[in-house]
Amino acid sequence: MPKRTDLKKIMIVGSGPIVIGQACEFDYSGTQACKALRAEGYEVVLINSNPATIMTDPNLADRTYVEPITLDYAEEIIKRERPCALLSTVGGQTGLNLSIALAEAGVLEKYGVELLGAKVESIKKAEDRLLFKDAMRKIGLETPRSLLVNNVEAGVEFAAKWGYPVVLRPSFTLGGSGGGIAYNLEELEEVLQRGIDLSPVGEVLIEESVLGWKEFELEVMRDLADNCIIICSIENFDPMGVHTGDSITVAPAQTLTDREYQMMRDASLACLREIGVDTGGSNVQFGLNPKDGRMVIIEMNPRVSRSSALASKATGFPIAKIAAKLAVGYRLDEIKNDITRKTPACFEPTLDYVVVKIPRWQFEKFPGAEPVLGTQMKSVGEVMSIGRTFQQALSKAVRSLEAGKSSAKEVYDEALIPNRLITPNPDRLAYIRFAFQKGATVEEVQELTNIDPWFLRQFRDLIVLEQELQSETLAGITSGRMREAKRAGISDRWLARFWNTGIDAVRDRRKQLGVTAVFNRVDTCAAEFESFTPYLYSSYEGECEADPSDRKKVMILGSGPNRIGQGIEFDYACCHASFALQEFGRESIMVNCNPETVSTDYDTSDRLYFEPLTYEEVLNVVDREKPDGVIVQFGGQTPLTLALPLKAAGVPIIGTDPENIDLAEDRKRFGKLLDDLGIPSPPNGSATSLEQAVHIARGLGFPVLVRPSYVLGGRAMTIAYDEDTVERYMREAVVFSQERPVLIDRFLEDAIEVDVDALCDGERVLIAGIMEHIEEAGVHSGDSSCVLPPYSIGESELAVIRDYTEKLALALGVIGLMNVQYAIKDNQVYVLEVNPRASRTVPYVSKATGVPLPKIAVGLMLGKKLTDFAGLTGGRVTGVLPVPQFFVKSPVFPFNKFPGVDPALGPEMRSTGEVMGVGINFGEAFAKAQLSAGTPLPPNGTVFISVNDRNKADAVELGRRFAELGMEIVATRGTASALNAAGIPCRRVFKVNEGRPNAVDLLKAGSLQLVIYTSTGAHSFSDERAIRRTAVFYRVPCITTMSAARATVEAMASRKRDPIRVWSLQEIHEPARLAER
Amino acid sequence: MEKSILALEDGSVFEGRSFGARTVRSGEVVFNTSITGYQEIFTDPSYCGQIVVLTNPQIGNYGANGDDCESAQPFIEGLVVRDFAPVASNWRSEEDANRFLERNGVPIASGIDTRALVRKLRSGGVLRGVLSGDGGDPAKLVEMARSIPSMAGLDLATQVSTAKPYEWTESVKACSPSEQIGKTAEPGRHHVVAYDFGIKRNILRRLVQVGCRVTVIPALTPAEDVLALKPDGLFLSNGPGDPEPLEFQAGQVRQLVGKVPIFGICLGHQVLALALGGKTFKLKFGHRGANHPVLNYRTNRVEITSQNHGFAVDPDSLDAGKIELTHINLNDDTLEGFRHRSEPVFCVQYHPEAAPGPHDSRYLFDDFAAMIAENKKA
Ligand SMILES: Nc1ncnc2c1ncn2[C@@H]1O[C@H](COP(=O)(O)OP(=O)(O)O)[C@@H](O)[C@H]1O
Ligand SMILES: Nc1ncnc2c1ncn2[C@@H]1O[C@H](COP(=O)(O)OP(=O)(O)O)[C@@H](O)[C@H]1O
Ligand SMILES: [Mg+2]
Ligand SMILES: [Mg+2]
Repeated sequence: MPKRTDLKKIMIVGSGPIVIGQACEFDYSGTQACKALRAEGYEVVLINSNPATIMTDPNLADRTYVEPITLDYAEEIIKRERPCALLSTVGGQTGLNLSIALAEAGVLEKYGVELLGAKVESIKKAEDRLLFKDAMRKIGLETPRSLLVNNVEAGVEFAAKWGYPVVLRPSFTLGGSGGGIAYNLEELEEVLQRGIDLSPVGEVLIEESVLGWKEFELEVMRDLADNCIIICSIENFDPMGVHTGDSITVAPAQTLTDREYQMMRDASLACLREIGVDTGGSNVQFGLNPKDGRMVIIEMNPRVSRSSALASKATGFPIAKIAAKLAVGYRLDEIKNDITRKTPACFEPTLDYVVVKIPRWQFEKFPGAEPVLGTQMKSVGEVMSIGRTFQQALSKAVRSLEAGKSSAKEVYDEALIPNRLITPNPDRLAYIRFAFQKGATVEEVQELTNIDPWFLRQFRDLIVLEQELQSETLAGITSGRMREAKRAGISDRWLARFWNTGIDAVRDRRKQLGVTAVFNRVDTCAAEFESFTPYLYSSYEGECEADPSDRKKVMILGSGPNRIGQGIEFDYACCHASFALQEFGRESIMVNCNPETVSTDYDTSDRLYFEPLTYEEVLNVVDREKPDGVIVQFGGQTPLTLALPLKAAGVPIIGTDPENIDLAEDRKRFGKLLDDLGIPSPPNGSATSLEQAVHIARGLGFPVLVRPSYVLGGRAMTIAYDEDTVERYMREAVVFSQERPVLIDRFLEDAIEVDVDALCDGERVLIAGIMEHIEEAGVHSGDSSCVLPPYSIGESELAVIRDYTEKLALALGVIGLMNVQYAIKDNQVYVLEVNPRASRTVPYVSKATGVPLPKIAVGLMLGKKLTDFAGLTGGRVTGVLPVPQFFVKSPVFPFNKFPGVDPALGPEMRSTGEVMGVGINFGEAFAKAQLSAGTPLPPNGTVFISVNDRNKADAVELGRRFAELGMEIVATRGTASALNAAGIPCRRVFKVNEGRPNAVDLLKAGSLQLVIYTSTGAHSFSDERAIRRTAVFYRVPCITTMSAARATVEAMASRKRDPIRVWSLQEIHEPARLAER
Repeated sequence: MEKSILALEDGSVFEGRSFGARTVRSGEVVFNTSITGYQEIFTDPSYCGQIVVLTNPQIGNYGANGDDCESAQPFIEGLVVRDFAPVASNWRSEEDANRFLERNGVPIASGIDTRALVRKLRSGGVLRGVLSGDGGDPAKLVEMARSIPSMAGLDLATQVSTAKPYEWTESVKACSPSEQIGKTAEPGRHHVVAYDFGIKRNILRRLVQVGCRVTVIPALTPAEDVLALKPDGLFLSNGPGDPEPLEFQAGQVRQLVGKVPIFGICLGHQVLALALGGKTFKLKFGHRGANHPVLNYRTNRVEITSQNHGFAVDPDSLDAGKIELTHINLNDDTLEGFRHRSEPVFCVQYHPEAAPGPHDSRYLFDDFAAMIAENKKA
């Protein structure tokens, strides 16, 4: 069957903000789908609330709606656009859920929209655990024993019958939210209750545990003619019990005979057919008993998934792209394999290398959350690596994590080995290494971990080799031995440590011995056919397949694994840099190791090197490619930390000089610069000892903000209101500060924070956006909502900000992008920090202004001038870019994944993603943003207000507005009397520690729809925490700052006043309108 | 650690670490891209006379077991891999793969840049080679490689065939309590005589599963002796080497066409082609793997197939009036199967019995049983 011609316009649903369990792998799949469908000549309409994605770029779809992914807004878009069909399977769980909602609400029928990919019945059969189990039983496949319960008693009964442990899985929650394993009655009651509460349908599946079994995943594709293929098999290093998203995984499966693998293959195909996914990709998960091979099917996802992104990168087979083509009627055998060109896509990729994925966790950011892994996903990102052997891939993956910096000082305690091996946790791999170093046997480790002995043996052999190498010397090492080490993936850095010498010394010696990295291709066919796609990974084999071109070329260093503070926004910038380079006639070369991203799609750049972002590996690529320039300012902190060493090694870095980037990070030198420019910053100092810190803090006066130098996302940053806090901090923080001083600033209370992004060509400065934060300074810029254009800052202050920004850009010799953060207190503008690089807000500003910032930045790095881009900026080459409407960016937090953690906001960034709301007035934009962020503001009901004394006055004004909006008000004593005094009706409730019923009781009873609770500063008291926790738990919006409270009132007013309306980026930014602004 | 050396006729030499038997073996160097199933590959008689390069870098991981043998012992001359695992991990493993090959005198070269080797074979075509399990002078080994006979023109089928006839009654066994092997038809419904050109056990198991009692006969059995066995169906097996020298076999088959329903696989398919007046030719580097897409013209569906052949049938050499082409390889458009338009005869180039490989084409065994039943009625 050729492609369908009856379809003209197709709507694609994106996956919304980055959250744990649904990250930028769906930007990858969505972007591929958009590209594929447009390439086939279809008109594409996209809805996705996440502005940081590539897919929401105006040039990737015909109509791009950055709007809430909800029934109402989706219907409004459908009403305007009248698409012929809806592709439901590339937007993750969110995409599926919205599609189902639209179907069930009759919207699709009403507007004659056909559902492509998976049909509603199929989606339900797969998503509803019970229907799924029945379906599997029907085709003779086993699933673990289970029972669906909506009350704790029933669960307890089941466990009593089948025994502990039991696995609990709330229905319809993402990434297993609220699920878990209960080993005893007590845990069962707790987890079960939580699960029932979190499940939108109040149901939890209680299930027989198959903990410790081997876990596998198969990626399957099917076309309308029922041709089925397996794209990739994935074996989990961590056995059943650890979510596949939190498991170290290996492709292809390593420990299955053909008989066993084919058994799984047959089962996957049978499953796919029974569920009835007519076209597209699916992911099927299995548990396998290592003792007798008994196999149970765990679940299937009737859509492209996290694993399909991994599988695509692991095999070179672009699942989402092909899925999109299948959805419009193509057969697998009608589509060519991009890489071989000659052979069809209807085949099963075969690998002649090993792929290892390792997740990255950030428990350290959520004090109170136990760093333990289970059936619920907790990781915020992942790395993938490719090696010719498992050992090589594993070693590369470990260094791709960039964990070294924080865990270098990690101390291992022999006494902890059993515990760290038995209970899955982020350090397990490191502890297994430690155990082996201490002489543990494979059997012993397997005892404790249930990890397959094959993996353990490989790992142990690697460690033994390392130990042998320690007895060698730089001078004495033979080329044979050196090659052995490199083939096992051991880094120059480690060898340098073993032989206490420098990394360059090792590198030179290595080359002298003729041991240099070569590059092999990922070609889907194990070299059976010629590959036309330079998708490469390094190895120490005999022959190099890179064959670099002699074109003018520029290399981009990506941002590595996603982590809080360094996520998709940086991949956005890198991808755009790549697109721009191609447009400017340069060959673009991408280096990155994050399998979720668009940047690691072999379609994105001219050449892709899937490599760890380390000094060694980057230099290897440079040696081979000899690029004319290397771009470090788009990938966040990762490439920046490499910038100086690379420059020293003679690598041609273009754009802002690394020296200046460094200068901006160096307190002393930067402080000097500010003084010279006469730009104020909060009084500050830096300390390298406890005493010094306390002394400086006293000098500055409390509160102070203490932090290590060189971290992104405000890691380990604390506001200290007294000396004890400073002392405690100094004792704990040192681990993170890597011999760099601890920085201490006077903390500006109740200051307005402002983010500024600017472009500079060395002569002129064009300010792209002045973003006013909703939350005051003290809440990390990445965690604060912000708005374009600023809505409450005075013209005089804006003028000062423009002036400072221009001065800084020119003084730092910025070529490309720069980000400055300011705080305004008592009409005085202070500089908080300057980052002479692409910032987290670049995609948001690009979309709000309609001006492609990264593209212009790349142009400037290549020597062009702002004047060359007047066509893109509506003629502007200085001043500030205008924004036609209100654009609010709001963060999304993972607190529901970390029960018990205090959700109060602070200088340490904790949000994983962001959304954007678009409106004609501020309130509308903010309301939409909140809706998209998953914390919709109530149209009416009861608001609980409790503010500290500083805020009492504002509270009155606030209360008045709420009353006008017809909200009932309840407040704690102090606030209540303030309100009553002002004649605002409000009921009084107890604080948690005062008695009952208190705010927490009301929350639990569901009689509060909104909470406004500003911290009393110094220490957040237990009852404050209790209230915030409960609010998050019951999904009641909890506002912790006055400024946010004011914004909230605006938004609620808008909800009452404004209709549901949507705008596509294309109409907002029509060139015509851009010019006349 | 002992050194192993792979020397090729083109003078290139690959050195690695030695596992398996410390002997010197020679043969045609070919590569297989299947990710799983190394043990089935070791024991597939079709690899007689060949040194096998596996593209999956990690080999030996799951050891070896009795059930996964495709014949009594390994047939490969030597094994070349990137990283051979001396230890095995799998509940069905009875001994590690190293021991298994060592016992059977097969040398292993590990640590070889198999990708470079495959790229060489892909672009230059298969080469003759020598694999030494315990070092030696590379130059001498290259000389040796140049002196061994080329595969073209070699009748290896007769050589690996059974000496005397035997009965086969064992069906497919599940490898796990969860494996669905499909129902076994009532045993012995049909009597099938199978020419053994190097037959794989899984073919026999599948035949039994669809209700056949199988008599396996030597490659040199004359047609009249076949008929004397009163077969309900005749099967022509897979096997090693060049089909062209098998004139005797082709001759017998020619006499049997029309007298008894015939099903052929791989070499069997080539012999049938020859018997029906077709020609075969040698492929540059053959098809060896478990991921080859084959289009079935009659169902218009694609089957992912298991393949192992260095020669192929030239479709133009077949009489279109008499013969219908039924299967084609989507990678290179080579012929994968045909049937006789008027007689109960069909065959495929690939391996519906899998082992190793996908089960997509299992239906062919049912087709054969059905064809036999049809024929009995008539
Ligand atoms: N019955 C079980 N026993 C032990 N572990 C299980 C069981 N079911 C699931 N798990 C573990 O929980 C993880 C998440 O379960 P899964 O069904 O995949 O939910 P999700 O939809 O979040 O992926 C799995 O990857 C597996 O490791
Ligand atoms: N002196 C200060 N007074 C008040 N708030 C501050 C001060 N310095 C930093 N902050 C707050 O801390 C957050 C993180 O500080 P910043 O220097 O931006 O670190 P990062 O490099 O993580 O972005 C800022 O967004 C701001 O809200
Ligand atoms: Mg899962
Ligand atoms: Mg900042």
